Order: sequence, then structure tokens, then C-alpha cells
Amino acid sequence: MNNETNTSPGKNVLVEDYNNNYKEIFKQTPDFINNIRQTSFKEFDLSGLPSKKDENYKYTNIEAAFLGAYKRQFSKQKLTIDVNEVFKCDVPELDNYLVLVNGWFYEKEKLLTKYNNGAIIGSLIEASKQYPEIVKKYYGKNLTKQKNSLSSLNMAFAQDGLFVYLPKNIIINEPIQLINLIVATEELMVQPYNLIIAEENSSANIVICDHSLNPQSFLLNSTFEVIANKNSKLEIYRQQNAHDHSVQITNTFISQKENSFVNSVNITLNGGTVRNNLYVELNEPHAINKSYALWLADKNQHFDNNVHVHHLSPECESFQLYKGIVDNSSTGIFSGKILVDKKAQKTLAFQSNKNLLLTNDAKVRSKPQLEIYADDVKCSHGSATGQLDEDAMFYLRSRGISKKESCQLLMQAFADEVINKILLEPLRNEINNLVEKRLRGELSRCNRCKVNCGQ
Amino acid sequence: MENEQDKIIYEVTGNEYKYGFVTNIEADTIKKGLNEDVIKTISSRKNEPDFMLEWRLKAYEHWLKMKMPAWAHLTLPEINYQEIIFYSAPKQSAKLNSLDEIDPELKATFDRLGIPLDEQKKLSGVAVDAVMDSASIKTTFKESLADLGIIFCSMSEAIREHPDLIKKYLGSVVPYTDNFFATLNCAVFSDGSFVYIPKGVRCPMELSTYFRINAENTGQFERTLIIADEGAYVSYLEGCTAPKRDQNQLHAAVVELVALKDAEIKYSTVQNWYPGDKNGNGGIFNFVTKRGICKEDNSKISWTQVETGSAITWKYPSCILKGNNTSAEFYSVAVTNNHQQADTGTKMMHIGKNTKSRIVSKGISAGFSQNSYRGLVKVLKNAENARNHSQCDSLLLGNNCGAHTFPYIEVDNKEAIVEHEATTSRIGEDQIFYCNQRGISTEDAIGLIVNGYAREVLKQLPMEFAVEAQKLLQISLEGSVG
Repeated sequence: MNNETNTSPGKNVLVEDYNNNYKEIFKQTPDFINNIRQTSFKEFDLSGLPSKKDENYKYTNIEAAFLGAYKRQFSKQKLTIDVNEVFKCDVPELDNYLVLVNGWFYEKEKLLTKYNNGAIIGSLIEASKQYPEIVKKYYGKNLTKQKNSLSSLNMAFAQDGLFVYLPKNIIINEPIQLINLIVATEELMVQPYNLIIAEENSSANIVICDHSLNPQSFLLNSTFEVIANKNSKLEIYRQQNAHDHSVQITNTFISQKENSFVNSVNITLNGGTVRNNLYVELNEPHAINKSYALWLADKNQHFDNNVHVHHLSPECESFQLYKGIVDNSSTGIFSGKILVDKKAQKTLAFQSNKNLLLTNDAKVRSKPQLEIYADDVKCSHGSATGQLDEDAMFYLRSRGISKKESCQLLMQAFADEVINKILLEPLRNEINNLVEKRLRGELSRCNRCKVNCGQ
Repeated sequence: MENEQDKIIYEVTGNEYKYGFVTNIEADTIKKGLNEDVIKTISSRKNEPDFMLEWRLKAYEHWLKMKMPAWAHLTLPEINYQEIIFYSAPKQSAKLNSLDEIDPELKATFDRLGIPLDEQKKLSGVAVDAVMDSASIKTTFKESLADLGIIFCSMSEAIREHPDLIKKYLGSVVPYTDNFFATLNCAVFSDGSFVYIPKGVRCPMELSTYFRINAENTGQFERTLIIADEGAYVSYLEGCTAPKRDQNQLHAAVVELVALKDAEIKYSTVQNWYPGDKNGNGGIFNFVTKRGICKEDNSKISWTQVETGSAITWKYPSCILKGNNTSAEFYSVAVTNNHQQADTGTKMMHIGKNTKSRIVSKGISAGFSQNSYRGLVKVLKNAENARNHSQCDSLLLGNNCGAHTFPYIEVDNKEAIVEHEATTSRIGEDQIFYCNQRGISTEDAIGLIVNGYAREVLKQLPMEFAVEAQKLLQISLEGSVG
């Protein structure tokens, strides 16, 4: 659409950096990944960072977010801290987790594990060396269809990331958890790439937590590629909880085959500027996708949630529920699109966005969209922005519950609708706790974590 | 009367577009193309005062810097603005005093359109300001309206005779810098209607204009301005038809509504421009900027539109709710068939306190058409207690068409309640079965169901239009059901 090459100071720095350091970047990964780096880089060079004129980034100034003097790590740097000492995930029953520090895997013994049942879980870079045939088959394959310059940028600089391979008929009940830690002494730009492959009839739960360990500002631009093959079932939970001076961009691409089911829940508790892009492709009949999100924005934070569901095949279902509580002078944005192809008859699609606006300085932007080319479909969307229900409030007050407490209860109820979609009980309880505390205005870091993340 | 009307509509909107006749009237056209001289010519032909010419030239200068908008969900062909004749007025010698003096052929045109001026005058009590290729031909009922102090005349007359009102209000809602098509309109607009309702007057009849694009290759650049002073009320009808031609014709109109304290304006449109033939050749490009402002407290603006024609429609009748306790409504039925494209919707800007807006949009797409709703609801920081409810439904007939919804919601005030809902589906087989079972043919059943579906909007139309619009709906979709 735009033939002029896009230039912005943020982009120029990135291009220069890539050109100066590509040799070091290339050393990390095998050739097939490096080839993708090259094409992604070219794409990014052509499109540049999305500007505010870009319809999809109308409400979020990504160019400005990239203006910080961020440093990039092109290879694994020496760690000055012991991760296991400073960080402890306190969700009970979730103790076997993987830690990605600044976009790299450090723990040698956990680098890449092949389990008895054939499942492979661990570092992506390691997997691309040990099992190139698997990685090669899927790496970056879904991204090419979506022209998103931020994921192109990620693919050009892609560091390490989580790799999960579930072979045929394998069901893993224990959740696979990834902690994305940012521990930096200088301003960092971190760009991990994660790949999750579920083969036929397989099933797993994946939990991702984004944390920052010190108040240094950083930019996280991560990509998730999820492939759900026939009859597979995936639950993906993501919790974003970093400090206010961070920029977090996630690009999640979910590609679903016949009769697959993917349920994703995204909870944004804190994070400065957050932009979540979720792309879902329903490629074969009877695939079902459900995505939920909850964001609690306060202070000057800016949360932008974007979802794009593409129905390519008949008889698929998609469902989205996105809810936001927006306080102080923060901004909460929702933008969703359901795109139904001509051949995707008998599609069922529903999209809903609800926002609670608590102050006059806060802003809500909502853009639910339908683009439909098939006639035998049932598609609907709804968006509502308002405040707490007066009747419900009156009910509580008339029973002697204080105004503050009533507000608290009602907000908790508002959030519950999304939190309840987390099927992992310990995680659900933990998030419930965090949300409650967060709504009470208390510190929102995980309770047993001793780290000062500057909130 | 009604039977006659039915007959006309049938004739008109049957499978072939029956309004496709060309009136052989000597038209006073100027050379095609657009430059400063053309604007000066238009202005001088219309004996306009200097301030108008200056305004037109300013707009033209600004337009040169602008680009055609590409954001709509439309496939727009390149438009060569140098290939368009920007002014065409039927040649007439002197001013007319009675209907008899009107060129008989011109009169016959109107007769075929179903708006015989004299009959209409007697029977329906609708005052018609018929606009044929840019110059206002005859304004009926002028005298009786004048008794109440109502000014209802052509824009060019208003510019000559009421320059104060024009200076004050023209461009106050849609400034000359507004958008590509509106700016173009400011530079070259030919004529249009002007309505002023004085303080406390309730306009006793529905005011109405019929537009017709006639001469080949001329763009119709209408400019309408309606002002309702304190406590006034007016209901205004606009209807459009255009003769059939192979080349696309450009229609870039601007409508401005100003409602002062306690005033109410109701604006209804039935748009039935030539949609092009079955293969998508020809048809009108309808790029219209319509905007109203509830300028002072307690005022109300209501837009109702039934869009069945035009090859491409780009139209967003909007409201600025500036005064306190103001309210706005937008009711729309947009039907697209064959290769038509429509991107239409509204904008509601809540600025004052206790403002209310309501949007009801019903899209119906058939054939190979694309039908989009695009709307913005914006609540500003100080707009306390704002309330909006939007409902946008789409109906798909056939699997080659598309129905899209692009709503934008921007809320900056915590007391606001803004709701939006939309559904897209097709006519249920069970509904058709139910009708079939009772001896109603599938074609009729679909007409019935579509009418029921659009009823919420149709019932907002004034009586005269409602009947016509219902028929139009049914006929526009004829042949679209397989």
C-alpha cells in the first residue's frame, strides 16, 4: 500500500545494528534459520516500524516506544546473578519451570530435554541444532502470511526461546511453564522467538509468565508460533507482570488444523506499554479457538490488545472475550477482527469486549470488526464501555458493605469471567490473588518473590 | 395516489433501471477539467458575491494538496478530475413565476420521475425544490412557507439574498478543509437547497428535494444547508435518481445541519442513484459528506437513510453533540446488489453534558456486492453522562457478497455508557420454510423478511417515503435469490 520506504529513528538504529552485527547473530543459529532472518530483515527494512498512520497501530505509538537507547544482545552474555536464588515462582504445583533470562536459556541441565514419551521441551536454538528436521518444518512458516513488521523484526534478531514438541498421541498433564525474566543493568531490547508444536491427538498446558527483576527499562518484542495439528488440544496461559518502564510486544500466531482446540488466556497486570497481537488461523474444519484477555491498567500505562481471527475453513468456531479495567490516566485498547473467507461456511464466531472506565483521565478505545464473505454464518460482536452497575452497587451498599469494598467486589466479579477460563486450578487461584491485590492497589508482584521489580 | 406510486416504483426499480432516460434539454455546460478559471466561471455564472469566490478558491488551493482517501473498504478506480465537467445547468432565459413557464420537456422528466410538480403541490402538500443538474428549477410552496418566515430556496439564491446567514453558517459544520471530497465540493459546488427555520417555528410540511444527474460526464456537486433556529422544527426529505449511463459519474455532495437551542432537524434520504448494470459497469460514485451539529442545548438531529443505489457509496452522516442534553439518531438501511459497493455509517461526537446518541444500521448485501458499516462514537473528557447504543446488523443473501462492520469506540469519560452490538447472518431456512408452507413464494418471503428486518429503520421515515422505500428494498433485491 505504502510505496515510500518507511524511516524513523528507531528503525534506522535497528537496521544499522543488524548490518553491523549479523555475523555474530548468524553464529547462534543454523543456516535455515539465518535464511529466514535475512528475508525477515528485508521485510522489516521495507515496511519499517508501524506508524500511527497505520490503521492497526492507530492508538499506540510504536515508533516512540522504540526510541529508547536500547542495547541488544546478539549472543548469550555472562549472568551476574543466580536466577534460582533471586527468583522463585510461587504458584504451588508449578515448580518445574524453565527460565528464559533476557531472551536466553542459561540452565545447562535443562537446556533441552527429550522425555521418554518423545516430547521435546527446552531451548529453541538447541533444538534447531539437535532436531533440525522438526524445527525446520515449522519455523516461521505461519508468519509469512501475516504482514506484521514487528514480528519480522523479531525474526531478524530472534534470540533463544521456548521450544515445545508434542509427538503424536502424547498427553502431558503437568503444565509446561516458561518464565520470561528480564534482569538488566542497562536498557535492553529482548526478542525471543518461541515455537510450540502439537502433533495429532496430543495435548498440553503451557504457562508463560513475563517478569522483570529490576527497574531498568526494557523492550520485549517476542513471537510465539503455535501449531495445533489434528485433534490436538492446547491451553495457553500468559501472565504479563513487568514494571511500568517497560515496553512489551507479543506477537502470537496460532495455526489450527482439523478438530483442534486452542484455549488462550492472557492476563496483563502491569507492564508500562503493552501491545499484544494475536493471530489465529482456523485452517481445517471443526477447529475451535477460544481466547480471553483481561487487563488492569492504571497510572500512565498503555495496554493495547489486538486479535485477528481468520476463518479459512468451514464449520469452525471462534470465541473471544476481552475485558479491561482502566484507571488513573491509563489507556486500554481493544481491536479485534473476525475475517471469514468465502468458503468458510457454517462459521460460528463471537467477539466481545467490555471495559470499565474508572476516571475521566483514563481512555478506552474499542474497535471490534467483522469482515465476512460467506453467507451461511453466525457472527456477532459486542462492545460495552461503562462503569460499575448502579443497581448492583446499591444492593451491596444497602447491606452495609462500604463503597470501597463494593467497588472491589464488583471489579473482582468483572475480572472473574476471564480468570475462570484458566482451567489450571493452582494458577487460577494465584492469578485471582494477584488480581485482587492489584485491584486493592497493593503491590502486585508475586507474594513470595523477594525481588524488587520497581513497581 | 398510492397505487400510482407503486406502479412508478415498479417501473423504476425493476431489474433494469428504468430511470435511464436522457432529457434533451439544452444544457449550459462549461469545458471539462478543473482549474481556477473553472471555479471563477462557476462563481460568475451564479452571480456570486466576492466572498464566495474567495472561499471557493481557498478550498481549491487546499484540495490540490489533498489525496483521495483510500481507507474505506472499497475498490476505487482512479478518478481523473480533468475529465469531468464541473458545471452544467439547463439553459433558461428568464426567471419563472409559474409552473406553466417551465420547459415542457423538463417538466415531462419530472413527470416520469413521479414527481409532477403541480400535482405534488396540490395533493401531497410536499414542497419540492427540484434540482436538475445543479440549478434549482422551481421551488414550490415558497409563498406559504415565506409567510411563516421560513426560507426554503436554492443555495445560489440564498448566497445572493441571505449573505449574512451564508457567511455565518456555510462551512461551519463541514469546513473547506474537511476531507478530499468535501473540499472539492466547496470549490465547485453548483447548487443545492437552503433552509432556514426561524425561532419557534414548526415547519408545517415535509420539505423535499429531488436531485437528478442529467448531462453526461457532469459531477453533481450539491451543497445543502439547513438551519433550525431556537425552538424550530423541520423535517427534510431528499430523494435521488439518475439516468442510466455507461461511464461512472461523480457525485460529491455536502450537507450541513445546524440545530440551535431546543431545535430539531430530521433529515431523511432515499438514495436510488443508478447502481450500474449487472456486470458492474457504470453507475454513480456517491461520495457524500453529511454532518449536523446540535450546537446549543436540548437540540436534536436525526438522520434516516435508505441507500439502495450508486455503484460506490462513501457516506457517513454524522452528528456533533455540542450542546448539553442534546441527542442524535442515525437510522440506516443500505442495500447492495450485483457489483455495488457501500462503505457507510456515522460518527457521533459527544461533547456536551447528558448527550445521547443511537445508531441503528441494517446492511443487506446480495450478488457480488460489498457492504460495510463504519462508525465512530467518541465521548470527550467533559461529556458527562453520555449514552450511546449502536446496533449494526448485516444480512447476507448469496455467498458471493461480503458484509463488514468496522466500529470505532473512543471513550474518555467515566460516566459514559457506550454499547455496540452487531450480528451477521443470512435469512434462516426455517423462516423461509414457514412462509413457503403458507403459500408465500420464496421471492416474496425474502421480501417480507427483509422488510421486517429493516422495519426499525423504515418506520422512522415520513409516510410519503416509507411506502416507497419498502418497495425499493424488495425490488433492489429482485433476482438476487437463487
